[in-house]
Amino acid sequence: MDPARGTDRHDGGSGPWPPPMAGRNDGSAPRQGAFHLYWRLVAISIRAQAQYPGSLLLLSAGHLVVTLLEFLGVWALFDRFRLVRGWSLAEVALFYGLVNLSFALAEAVGRGFDAFDRLVRTGEFDVVLLRPRSEVLLICGQELRLSRAGRFAQGLIILGWGMSSLGLAGRPEVWMRLAWAVAGGTALFCGLFVLQATIAFWTVNSLEVVNTVTYGGVETAQFPIDIYPSAVRAFFTWVVPLASLNYLPLRGLLRGGDPGWVGWAAPLAGFLFLAVSLRLWRFGVRHYTSTGS
Amino acid sequence: MIPRQPATIGRPELALFLARFRTLVQYRAAAAAGFVTQLFWGVIRLAILAAFIDGAPAASPMTPSAIIAYVWLSQACFAMLPWNLDPEILALVRSGNVAGELVRPLGLYRQWFCRCLAARTAPPLLRGIPLLAIAWTAGDLPLPAGVATAAAWLAALAGAALLCATFATLMNVCLLFTLSGDGINGLMAAVVTLGSGLILPLPFLPDGWQRVLEILPFRGMVDAPFRLYGGDLPLTALGSILAHQAAWILILGAAGWWLCRAAERRMTVQGG
Amino acid sequence: MTCAIRAEELRKTFRVRETASGLGGTLRSLLRPRYREVHALAGVSFALEPGEMVGFIGPNGAGKSTTIKILSGILVPDGGTCTVGGLVPWERRVEHVARLGVVFGQRTQLWWDLPVTESFDLLADIYRLDRARAARRRQELVGRLDLGPLLDVPVRQLSLGQRMRCELAAALLHEPGLLFLDEPTIGLDAPAKLAIREFLRSLNREQGVTVILTTHDLDDVEALCRRLVVIHHGRLLFDGDLDGLRARVTSERRLTVDLDGDLDPARLPGVTVVAREGRRLVLAFDPATVSAPELIARLAALAPVRDLTVEAPPIEEIVAGFYRGLDP
Ligand SMILES: Nc1ncnc2c1ncn2[C@@H]1O[C@H](COP(=O)(O)OP(=O)(O)O)[C@@H](O)[C@H]1O
Ligand SMILES: [Mg+2]
Repeated sequence: MDPARGTDRHDGGSGPWPPPMAGRNDGSAPRQGAFHLYWRLVAISIRAQAQYPGSLLLLSAGHLVVTLLEFLGVWALFDRFRLVRGWSLAEVALFYGLVNLSFALAEAVGRGFDAFDRLVRTGEFDVVLLRPRSEVLLICGQELRLSRAGRFAQGLIILGWGMSSLGLAGRPEVWMRLAWAVAGGTALFCGLFVLQATIAFWTVNSLEVVNTVTYGGVETAQFPIDIYPSAVRAFFTWVVPLASLNYLPLRGLLRGGDPGWVGWAAPLAGFLFLAVSLRLWRFGVRHYTSTGS
Repeated sequence: MIPRQPATIGRPELALFLARFRTLVQYRAAAAAGFVTQLFWGVIRLAILAAFIDGAPAASPMTPSAIIAYVWLSQACFAMLPWNLDPEILALVRSGNVAGELVRPLGLYRQWFCRCLAARTAPPLLRGIPLLAIAWTAGDLPLPAGVATAAAWLAALAGAALLCATFATLMNVCLLFTLSGDGINGLMAAVVTLGSGLILPLPFLPDGWQRVLEILPFRGMVDAPFRLYGGDLPLTALGSILAHQAAWILILGAAGWWLCRAAERRMTVQGG
Repeated sequence: MTCAIRAEELRKTFRVRETASGLGGTLRSLLRPRYREVHALAGVSFALEPGEMVGFIGPNGAGKSTTIKILSGILVPDGGTCTVGGLVPWERRVEHVARLGVVFGQRTQLWWDLPVTESFDLLADIYRLDRARAARRRQELVGRLDLGPLLDVPVRQLSLGQRMRCELAAALLHEPGLLFLDEPTIGLDAPAKLAIREFLRSLNREQGVTVILTTHDLDDVEALCRRLVVIHHGRLLFDGDLDGLRARVTSERRLTVDLDGDLDPARLPGVTVVAREGRRLVLAFDPATVSAPELIARLAALAPVRDLTVEAPPIEEIVAGFYRGLDP
């Protein structure tokens, strides 16, 4: 220990008190940036999950099977009726795949927010607030849910099947469009998780309220949004802009008519939604009440 | 030593059930949210079905009014379906505190069955009744055709509640062997919602599947009672529905009880 | 000199949901929930100089933890202001907590599944510590708190006393000038308590770290803190040193004598018998009515004295007496 430090504290009141953190790395080397810390934290979560690789594999495989079972409902409807408002099964497979890819990624990355209500209930969020880093970063770093590879694979399989059935699989430009749409969709669903976590500051039952919109949204957006009544359509276009993650990017591609930039611009709505959610979250943090001992 | 209670079903079970029931009835926000959720899903499901039927009305296996009844009733009873694990049991098993439960003077299976029965009755009552009220008044859900139909529906519904609780208990017992709730939860949700007609009314599924689904237990949870209600099944079918439910309650109950005993024995040997 | 901490009229009210009993009550609260307001802090003001070590005491639910949480930037008060080292904690949270160490006796800040070293490494990254400096600091803490054998053990396997030593090290890795401890000795055995007290004392004396400590163990306060703050029902009722608190409650002194003969205490005016055990007698007296030398002289005249001590009553009794005086 630096012996001078102890004494100069007693000696006098020169300079600010307390002094800036002594051990701090002033060069702020890149290794301590946000990304570095995120990977450090996530690596812990990955290591914990990889401790039981069999269980992880089983879980992911189970997740794949379960989500494929869900698709059976869609398949059965097309088996009976052939078309829905003019859309074919292969076309709907694109919508379906995009939503599920986005949701799988968001569930993997945003798990910390999805499970945030526990942190509030138990008061463990106290500890997060004691760290001199962004709360958002620390919470995201808590867990990266690898088992969501199951739903991700399902989305990829269904999307790939739809693409090849429609003869689009060989066009890299289309893949890029879709990847961008998935990025926007992931941001959108993450925004929903953040919103759900924000509500947890006021009520312990935040989960179900937002689950209506998340799971309900996934369910809804598995079909082109134009098959729904106008109120539902408006809600998922303007309030929770799920239309931006598949309907708008795909409509121009499959049906033509839209100018090309619409498909590229639409996913931005997802990022905007996330930004707004994060603003609300910051507001919510001030209402955190911790727990009585 | 105080003598143990005789092994009859009675007071402790009732007390456990009522205690849990009372707790669950308090979750007001959860009930309100659940109500909104079910309303939303009902609207979406009906919209999807309507969109498909619009294109080829002749291909529909059910009349529009039967579909409406089916969808609203199944949404109202959604919380009764054993589609998830009991979160408190999950926490108990995860933290390893389940050994503490073994100290109670009541077998683990009975304790959990009481919890599950409460979990499969309190929330649907809380959410379902207002939903039905709305569906009756605003959502053009028809009332039952007569007193006999209503009575048959309620009888089948009671059987369904018991069946759901038995199935849920079995799933919670399985937790003692896998320890990871994620997998069971996901599988339960998928199989139960598909098998009981919540993803699609069962008549919409391909005919080959229906023959399998007729036999599986899930039919007795939602599908059969509602088809009684909507007149899709005649009143005379009540006997066979109840028999089907009873048979599955016995099979699933025996399996759960047996697994539970095996798990308890393993736990006492390992010392929890 | 600038104040380390200045709190003015801090207020915090929690709304707690009331649940009525019975099925009827359940249904009633379902339709119209009742809330009760808990005034955890009802206007608390105090100031701390750099380098001070202050003990916060008060019965359960007094508001000690709430105060600490506000000072740490975890809670935002409903009213009042406070600055810590010139910053308002909840407004400049990140800057504030970078200079602050906090230990909650009831909650771990380490990673439950990781070995202690890895928690320390992670903290060094979270606090953006300079590598070389962090390593030196860590070595110093490991030596002082005797953590060497614990470093490779996962936190969940540590005993409470071992864990608390690790928590202390974790809270101090970034060399904070300010340390808040909320019941750090709760549930610890005597040797563990002594080790922690010893460490805290040297931390305060040698490194000038300002410390706020809440505790139920009054020995902690007596051993460590010259200054004592009593909180009760969200109000600050006393702020001063132990002697001052004694004076507020009682001026009473205790005389313990071992006698070689028999004595009838009734022959000593102004004295009450607190305990009698064979030939040992504990007498209470008020120095205002009878001074200690006077009493001893009279006693010696009545019976042969083998040994004798004069003390103030133990701190537990003083504090208990203080609380008793508060609740009518
Ligand atoms: N998050 C909270 N929600 C509701 N009430 C709380 C909360 N935190 C503290 N309280 C209440 O505020 C009062 C003060 O609590 P606290 O500061 O923890 O007391 P202490 O630490 O002195 O024991 C208590 O009555 C406690 O029940
Ligand atoms: Mg406390």
